[in-house]
Amino acid sequence: MAETNAPLLRVHDLRTYFYTDGGVARAVDGVSFEIAAGETVGLVGESGCGKSVTALSLLRLIRPPGRIEPGSEIEFDGKNLVTIDEAAMRAVRGARISMVFQEPMSALNPVFTVGDQIAEVVRVHHAGSKREAWDRAVAMLDTVGIPAPAQRAHEYPHQLSGGMRQRIVIAMALVMNPALVIADEPTTALDVTIQAQILELLRSLQTKFGTSILLITHDLGVVAESVSRVIVMYGGEVVEEAAVAELFARAHHPYTEGLLHAMPQVGQERERLATIPGTVPPPTAWPAGCRFHDRCPYAWERCVAEHPPLYQIGAGHVSRCHLADEPERRAQKHEPLVVAAGSSS
Amino acid sequence: MHSNPGLRRLLTHRSARWALATIAVLVVAAIVGPWLISYGGAEQLDIVRLKNTPPSWSHWFGTDQYSRDVLSRVLSGARISLAVASLSVLFAITIGTTYGLVAGYVGGAIDGAMMRVLDGALSIPRVLLLLAVLGLWHPVPLSGLILLLGGTGWFALSRLVRAETMTARRLEYIGAAEALGASGRRILFRHLLPNVAGPIIVSATLSVGNVIALEAGLSYLGIGAQPPTPSWGSIFLDGVDFYAGNWWVVLFPGLAIVATVLAFNVLGDALRDALDPRQLHSHRVPSGPSATSTSVNELLKNG
Repeated sequence: MAETNAPLLRVHDLRTYFYTDGGVARAVDGVSFEIAAGETVGLVGESGCGKSVTALSLLRLIRPPGRIEPGSEIEFDGKNLVTIDEAAMRAVRGARISMVFQEPMSALNPVFTVGDQIAEVVRVHHAGSKREAWDRAVAMLDTVGIPAPAQRAHEYPHQLSGGMRQRIVIAMALVMNPALVIADEPTTALDVTIQAQILELLRSLQTKFGTSILLITHDLGVVAESVSRVIVMYGGEVVEEAAVAELFARAHHPYTEGLLHAMPQVGQERERLATIPGTVPPPTAWPAGCRFHDRCPYAWERCVAEHPPLYQIGAGHVSRCHLADEPERRAQKHEPLVVAAGSSS
Repeated sequence: MHSNPGLRRLLTHRSARWALATIAVLVVAAIVGPWLISYGGAEQLDIVRLKNTPPSWSHWFGTDQYSRDVLSRVLSGARISLAVASLSVLFAITIGTTYGLVAGYVGGAIDGAMMRVLDGALSIPRVLLLLAVLGLWHPVPLSGLILLLGGTGWFALSRLVRAETMTARRLEYIGAAEALGASGRRILFRHLLPNVAGPIIVSATLSVGNVIALEAGLSYLGIGAQPPTPSWGSIFLDGVDFYAGNWWVVLFPGLAIVATVLAFNVLGDALRDALDPRQLHSHRVPSGPSATSTSVNELLKNG
């Protein structure tokens, strides 16, 4: 993998808050990470942990009542995307950083042909005449593996299958040859066999164009086969970050551990999959101390009182868990607080 | 080549074909009719011998009390009535669509203010407002009539467009267009407009019928198209004093009004079925009261 030392994207202390009637929702609360040129990074977590809001923040597509808090930094192309003006941001969207959405069904406009929609991206960025934009669209359809692209370009989204449509969405995201593609659950809505094809397509396009990919998913299986580094989010924060092999071999954070145990495995005899008890707390009221403490099987007094920093576990491996400080506590596994509270009442 | 599924469905709809044919005949007659008939619509032929003659081979629809040929008057009236109605509806949908799109897309306080203005405008009965203005502006030129009918006809449409826009802007492909760098204006007119066009076309078609009836009513009251310009309403007015003896002066413009309004209403209903977005994906779903039909009915109630 072609990795360089200078990061393509550097996110520092990103905070995106939503000012709702029910209080301030701190959906993303101090997230920092880097992505190198040509690298694929996985962003993992349950629904509500802040991964999609992180993605939308990178493109500055947060609508009121949400906003990116001042002081947050998204460094890209030598600029801080948080502070540049809207016209400059529009020039970044789709051309330098683009996004592949989850639902290929709804991410395509039903009233335009697929060729028009890909060409539209070229037109928006003033990168050629109508004719040139159309030719690029057809060439892109070929690149993403659509057979007979010149004919297919004239078809409407409803005439194509789900896998085909996701290829169109990917073609739209890649037609301007962006430096970074954010793929938000790109395979969730697809059949398993199609999922593998789409992941394979993303991989081959990455090799071809040298694009960096931020792959957002809740599916660790997808992560295992697609990315080189994993960032695990919980409660609007990064809780663990490591190279993919390291994470699967030596997951440190109890939340990551829980996610790994919740994965179905071939040859596993257990009747029921392990689950992490409880749910992600609402972002208007993150628990004090460690945000995971009420669902954690190792939590002790310190976890309730003290918010853990990101501890260095190994080379390129960090974890937001006090177990790094007191590893002997890992032996004292118990029922998490949510379970205890649930059974006593 | 690909054919539009909505259009195809419209053309297989029996009453829609009837309505389209009627409208086509009317439009063609309005355009070429006055050239085929050798009498002018306002021409008094022979006030002594051709006054109030019943339909005959030389005057198919008879003549009126000023010896004018009723067929020529109905045909020139078609020009006036259709032109006034379609131009004022065009004017109304331009304002109404832009206003509704902007309000629905921008949202927030601006949308709130724009909607309160609209609520105020909607609270004034359209006919009363027109009567008041036309009572003062007399005689009104045709362009003035078009502006007034158009300027008072876009409120309900605008509300409908806003509602449709608010629904459409939450769709993922609008978000996708933003994420790929499209500007607000481009999203509004290129991505959102085609998706709200269905209801706009339906309500525009229905309002052409409404405005023809409304204009006929105003002309009948003597404050619409001014004599000797023949609109269907004013021809009707000319004949109504004598209709016991001269039924033809009232019958033919009346039939023209009824046929036209009916045709536009039937076409509007058929368009509503054909353009239902849930039917655009080639498979049919069982028809029933749809969101579009409710909002169009509401629109009709609001005038």
